Amino acid sequence: MQYDIIVVGGGHAGCEAANASARQGFKTALITANIKNIADMPCNPSIGGTAKGIVVREIDALGGLMGRVADISHIQIKMLNSGKGPAVKSLRAQGDKVLYPQNMLKALKENETLDIIEDMIEDICVENDTVTGVITKNGKRYDCKCLILTTGTYLKSKILIGSTNKEEGPHGEESCKFLSDKLRSLGFEIQRLKTGTPQRIDPNTVDFSKLKEECGDPTPWTFSFDLDPCYDVNNQRKCYLVYTNAETHRIIRENLTKSAMYGGYAEGIGPRYCPSIEDKIVRFADKEKHQLFLEPESNFYPDLYLQGFSTSMPIDVQEKMVHSLEGLENAKILKYAYAIEYDAINPMQLQPSLETKLIKNLFTAGQINGTSGYEEAAGQGIIAGINAGRKLKDEEPLILHRNEAYIGVLIDDLVTKGTKEPYRLLTSRAEYRLLLRHDNADLRLRKYGYESGLINDEQYQRLKKKEEDIASLENELESTTINYNDFSNNIQQIIGEVSDNTGYNLKYLLKRPEIKINDLKNYLKHTYSDEIYNIVEISIKYEGYIAKTYKEVEKLLKLESKKIPKDIDYSKIKNLASEARQKLALVRPQTIAQATRISGVNPVDISILSIYLKKEYSKDVADE
Amino acid sequence: MNENICAISTALGIGAISIVRCSGPDVIAIVDRIFSGKNLNEVPSHTIHYGYIVDNGEKIDEVLVSVMRAPKTFTKEDIVEINCHGGITTTNKVLEILLLNGCRLADPGEFTKKAFLNGRIDLVEAESINDLIESETEESRKYAMNRLEGNLSQLIVKDRQKILELQAKLEVNYDYPEYDAPDMTHELVRSELSEIKRDLSDLLKNAQNGRLLKNGIDVALVGRPNVGKSSILNHLLDENRAIVTDVAGTTRDIIEGKISISGIHINLIDTAGIRKTDDVVEKIGVDKSLEVLKNADLIIYVLSNNDELTAEDITQLTAIKNVKKIVFINKCDLEDKIDLDKLDGEIIVRGNTVSPEGLDPLKAKIAELFNFSEIKSKNYNYLSNAREISLVRQAVQAIDSALTGVEEEIPLEMISVDIKSAFDSLGDILGVTYKDELLDELFSKFCLGK
Repeated sequence: MQYDIIVVGGGHAGCEAANASARQGFKTALITANIKNIADMPCNPSIGGTAKGIVVREIDALGGLMGRVADISHIQIKMLNSGKGPAVKSLRAQGDKVLYPQNMLKALKENETLDIIEDMIEDICVENDTVTGVITKNGKRYDCKCLILTTGTYLKSKILIGSTNKEEGPHGEESCKFLSDKLRSLGFEIQRLKTGTPQRIDPNTVDFSKLKEECGDPTPWTFSFDLDPCYDVNNQRKCYLVYTNAETHRIIRENLTKSAMYGGYAEGIGPRYCPSIEDKIVRFADKEKHQLFLEPESNFYPDLYLQGFSTSMPIDVQEKMVHSLEGLENAKILKYAYAIEYDAINPMQLQPSLETKLIKNLFTAGQINGTSGYEEAAGQGIIAGINAGRKLKDEEPLILHRNEAYIGVLIDDLVTKGTKEPYRLLTSRAEYRLLLRHDNADLRLRKYGYESGLINDEQYQRLKKKEEDIASLENELESTTINYNDFSNNIQQIIGEVSDNTGYNLKYLLKRPEIKINDLKNYLKHTYSDEIYNIVEISIKYEGYIAKTYKEVEKLLKLESKKIPKDIDYSKIKNLASEARQKLALVRPQTIAQATRISGVNPVDISILSIYLKKEYSKDVADE
Repeated sequence: MNENICAISTALGIGAISIVRCSGPDVIAIVDRIFSGKNLNEVPSHTIHYGYIVDNGEKIDEVLVSVMRAPKTFTKEDIVEINCHGGITTTNKVLEILLLNGCRLADPGEFTKKAFLNGRIDLVEAESINDLIESETEESRKYAMNRLEGNLSQLIVKDRQKILELQAKLEVNYDYPEYDAPDMTHELVRSELSEIKRDLSDLLKNAQNGRLLKNGIDVALVGRPNVGKSSILNHLLDENRAIVTDVAGTTRDIIEGKISISGIHINLIDTAGIRKTDDVVEKIGVDKSLEVLKNADLIIYVLSNNDELTAEDITQLTAIKNVKKIVFINKCDLEDKIDLDKLDGEIIVRGNTVSPEGLDPLKAKIAELFNFSEIKSKNYNYLSNAREISLVRQAVQAIDSALTGVEEEIPLEMISVDIKSAFDSLGDILGVTYKDELLDELFSKFCLGK
């Protein structure tokens, strides 16, 4: 069979990659070992979260599926950081682990040029350093022009519980045994990573009277810019707070050597931001209790996910640990916690387009690139899908800059710095986070989705209308001046003494911390949607801070415009520090800006590099 | 490449003139902003202009400014060179003002680099320039390394660490809102920022002493003609540097010499006798003296024990009322004719230039006034160059801006922008660039995860 683009793996990266490819009109195959596991959520039931929720919005802005599928498949949703400022707000939903995969499969099937095939891929065909197809476990060959690997945790995956281990993926699925060897033989550096998942608990055995409830928001939300909320805010499932105690900690400490991680049975490197409970007890020995959550996974089966309690202890110890928790004294464990190890490539061997540097037309996305998280995977998946398509159309790849999207921060971090642990996005990783907000993802990115054919005319017109409304409201505020006496008592009190007889400009007034846009609506000729009021209020109130960020962005863009030729030979540059030379040769940065972000490359090395470029390539290097 | 850079281009030391050179697209406008004289934006290229460098209305130095417009300049960019006359302390101050007005301090070899990159210098020279930059940078690397071991660096490292810890506490709130890390309130942020600001402000206050330590103390000898200023100078220098005669008004130029008191450098400046004069040459000297008075760290106002106090003395003393000074009563070997009652409130030291110990009380007083023992004991804790002072000042400004945001209860993630800026400024002093410190801090201090 001949395809334009083949995607191997049906997880969150694979779904977005396959959809993006098919939406561009390419004949696409999504090959997965088990169709039932399309868009599976083997770990946490949540979609979104800090930074990640904004990634979901970005995927939606680009024309991806995660946001719209999550909107019709969740059992609880809330806005995190609602009491904080606009730049750190983001949505987090509890996805229904049964509904979400079903709805994702339905959405994928709407693509006429997409075939979904159930099979296990164990080999890749490469000719002249270019990928040409894949071969299944049983020797069947599929040809393709571009290949996107989104194999998740399935490469040589090994499940660890205490001293026992099994060579299998999540839910006892078959692991992919030979693909990573093939990648290694093609020149890829393979690293071993580890992550883990906690116990699932039977709700009928939990004493909820001892636990504090966590509810969804009373206001309705959607991830998608195109959908209206379609759920009952009063009918959301609850989560519960649980705490560890001295007894829990004692059990863990006494059994530490039985844990796969501490007993030396695991080789993979786990993430710092998602440590096992034994890690937390060891590293934060003086903390008296740790916070855990009990979260429902689905409306179709009872399991509660015990967030924060992931461990690789043997099951008898896990029983004791769970029963030491208040409210869970008699709890029945439906599934035990486990750690999982898997192979991943070194993402520094990727280009920012997510095409590998070694093999042409081969793209990778998701956990194979060293990330963790459904959203991180999906964000890479859509970019890999778009760029595989652009490659076939002979167009420049879509590379989102750090000032444009969390997805841009994520990919730039991966390909520039690499990662030694499963990588998770954080708002702290985004130096321009004031620009990368929940509220403006469509304003930032929808144009790229439209250019790529993932966003249709109707969606694009809605964006244009939104932009017009924003401009109109901004103009109106800027050009409206109201006399003191015409304001309500409330506003008069805020203004205080009349200092100005010529009246008060509304834009200027809105900059005052005490005044909200709601206070000023009545003084405007037109009315707008809440979304528009909100966006304009943010841009006016925090204009100064946003301007500071733009100033930083300007510096970045100047350096981003300085391209480094692809054929540069770093061994020929005299005076580079040897560490810098090695790192530059490995990463092969595309711009001077990217070079500055590589660890071990110092400002001096950058100036030496700039001079070399000027000297050797003075004709084709755009300097300013 | 199109940044505005500046640096002191003459050798550091005691020269009559130091040149501050600026290059970049906006340097003419930047210098014009701090220049009182002709509008530099309008003057023809390659011309020189007389005027003052001013800072918030205060005249800092009398200067000659050369304006050279692109492309016929060394760097092929607009260049302004400021000829400063007030000694190294003043020149440093001029540099500081430029840094605050939008120039960045040039890296070693950067003017040459600009010249090269802009095609002003032949490509054949590329290798040698490369080597030059490399070697100069190597020096600055060593310098930075040495400083890292100094106490000043320890202080900066400490304050930077405090900022980092504050950032981590804030970031954990943004990224892990549902975890049980303590909530950072505006009040908590305010108190932590205030403490950091206090530390940095202390550093700035001490910066003055740091400069004294590095560049010495400018001490001007002032007084009516023939009260013995040049003799004092010679006595201190123990050599005949100034021409000494008994004709009033002989000294027409500033003569500088260096002595050391308790290990601290003293730059002695003899001024033309201040008096009303019609002699043109002498008049220049007198004007110059007045200029020097303003910039000196200390004035020694010399009176003769053998003469009565004149109305002119009173006028002069009133004019320099708020300047740090010692009134030195010279010629105490001669008959007391002076009436000291009128010098109420002044620091008075008596002595003479006849006996070998005649000036010891004066030296002791200088050491006491500048608290030499304290300066020496603190030694490297002082910021001593314009770049460091400017960066600490930027950090303080950023913290001030953050504090204003806190007062107005602006969302904390906005205020984080200013906090990060303060963190970066301190990092620049240490020559470290921000990579992943914040995340390391975050994960080592807080227990997070699912």
